[in-house]
Amino acid sequence: MNKIKTTLVVATMALAIAGCAKKRPAVLPPAPVDQNAGVDPNAGANTTNPDGAITPGSDADFRRSVTSNTVHFGLDQYDIDPEARAILDNQAQWLARYPNVRITIEGHCDERGTREYNLALGDRRANAAKNYLAARGVSADRMNVISYGKERPIALGSDDASYAQNRRAVTVVLS
Amino acid sequence: MPRSLLTLPLTLALAASAVGAQDVPAPAPQDQAAPPAGQQPAAPAAAGQEGLVVDVEGGISAPMPIAIPAMPTSAVVQTPAGTTDVVGQQLSQIIANDLRNSGLFTPVPPAQLRTVSFPEVTAPAFDYWNGTGAQALVQGYVRANGDGTLTVGCYLYDVLAKSELARQGFVVSPSDWRRAAHKCADTIYTKLTGEGPYFDSRVTYVSETGPKGRRIKRLAIMDQDGANHRFLTNGQSIVLTPRFAPNQQSIVYMSYVDKRPAIYVYDIGSGRQRLVVQNAATTFAPRFSPDGRWILFSMAQAGNTDIYRVSSQGGTPQRLTNAPGIDTGGSYSPDGSKIVFESDRSGGQQIYVMNADGSNQQRISFGGGRYATPVWSPRGDLIAFTKLGGAFRIGIMNPSGGGEKLLTNSWQDEGPSWSPNGRVITFQRSTQGSSGKADVWMVDLTGVNERRIPTPLDGSDPAWGPLRP
Repeated sequence: MNKIKTTLVVATMALAIAGCAKKRPAVLPPAPVDQNAGVDPNAGANTTNPDGAITPGSDADFRRSVTSNTVHFGLDQYDIDPEARAILDNQAQWLARYPNVRITIEGHCDERGTREYNLALGDRRANAAKNYLAARGVSADRMNVISYGKERPIALGSDDASYAQNRRAVTVVLS
Repeated sequence: MPRSLLTLPLTLALAASAVGAQDVPAPAPQDQAAPPAGQQPAAPAAAGQEGLVVDVEGGISAPMPIAIPAMPTSAVVQTPAGTTDVVGQQLSQIIANDLRNSGLFTPVPPAQLRTVSFPEVTAPAFDYWNGTGAQALVQGYVRANGDGTLTVGCYLYDVLAKSELARQGFVVSPSDWRRAAHKCADTIYTKLTGEGPYFDSRVTYVSETGPKGRRIKRLAIMDQDGANHRFLTNGQSIVLTPRFAPNQQSIVYMSYVDKRPAIYVYDIGSGRQRLVVQNAATTFAPRFSPDGRWILFSMAQAGNTDIYRVSSQGGTPQRLTNAPGIDTGGSYSPDGSKIVFESDRSGGQQIYVMNADGSNQQRISFGGGRYATPVWSPRGDLIAFTKLGGAFRIGIMNPSGGGEKLLTNSWQDEGPSWSPNGRVITFQRSTQGSSGKADVWMVDLTGVNERRIPTPLDGSDPAWGPLRP
């Protein structure tokens, strides 16, 4: 080690200021408005016509017509059980009446999983519902899937009943 | 690798003449037992046989008392960082907080800190400090240079031996003045513990607010002590799992902007973002390779998720895993040769290691239970993970899967990330119920000194950045 002088010698070390010398952005980076992230399935936009009646083929029409827009899954599961089959069969019938309507199927998980794995599991669930609908004659190119992992629970408690509600795939008709 | 002052001889000589004897008289030894500092052998702290050493394994149970008085200034000057006398007080407080928060030091309380004059910086009142019970003493000074920068000198003394152990000087721009304190604290910490530095570093994370069913999430960065907090996105889209680039100029993260889950690289200096993978499939869980050349990520297609890598400049992704299960996460070994990741191919989430090209995938977790979110320590010696069971707990294991140790025990702790020196782990802790929330916490790798990091709102997905050069 170099001998240190006993007078007040200060070794200087210029600190690199990588990335910090630049001006901070004056405004936060713009994000295009994310209109329907984790959309509340009960809040259909643009689904009523001006006099208040529900537009046929809209998401509001879908929700009032089918048994349910949501199927549920067991813990860590992504298989379509008999109850889910019945619900999806019913959705498929409505979708057959409106062949030009496009849908997004959202996959969701409960909070008792890690962030990234839950994104993948939500994708599995959404695809399971999509594959079932495809097998019931819904054209695949009408269907998008999106996983929300555990980001958008519908039941907020930390109990098994809430978790069971959150493990779901939601079919959303696009307007 | 931090730039060593020993590689700047010219600057050293210039600084010597600039600071020189006219500012400060040569220190008078307190007594014959204090040889000039330059003749003191530089015994490495890790040697342990003599000199002041902090035992990092046992040290937390008996933290070292250390005195860190306010740093005087040669002349009180107004600067963009404040007046130099106030900056000197604040510097000593930042250093004291860093060292206290490591769990290995107990700073002497402010009431017992005497006012240190500028000449006393290099001629400490050892007998006084000995009377406070301090074993180590940190003194320093602040000076405003003519060009707007500040010089901070930092000196470490052994109180009982009445000797100087280390000194470093730093020239900083006013906007970086806190970094001088962190660099000084790192000098103290590394000298006394033999561990690598980590105080001059930042954490990126997701700031959270709003109701549980509809969290507003914003990308954010802050110094590791919570200071200099900045939001990077505006909360209009869900953002998740940020990670620093090794050169710290950008952050890669996942966003739901346009309702398309995709990964973006955010340039910190300019605020510009670019999409990493041009693909309609869901991409997530991004992280950089240690050399910055690659971005590892997960892609979900037709219900199957695998791990890919893509050049960090963009291009065609290369598939690394191809199992009929969920393969996700992924963290490079520090030498870049291997990747640890999680997979449920055996039925539930477990930890696997593979070569960086995807070959030789081997499971390493066999401890009973499920394992997730593995991250390789920057020192290469350990892998931290989330263990899933009745509770979610942060744990560590060695890279072959043995030596498992659980560090925390709360309802839901997840998503560990390592400090640059591989000694401290930051993670997310969530609480139960409809009003439950997440916060950023840290814990020492021995499992002690667990504490919450103060953030403006709630927080999740913390990722610790590299040491700043």
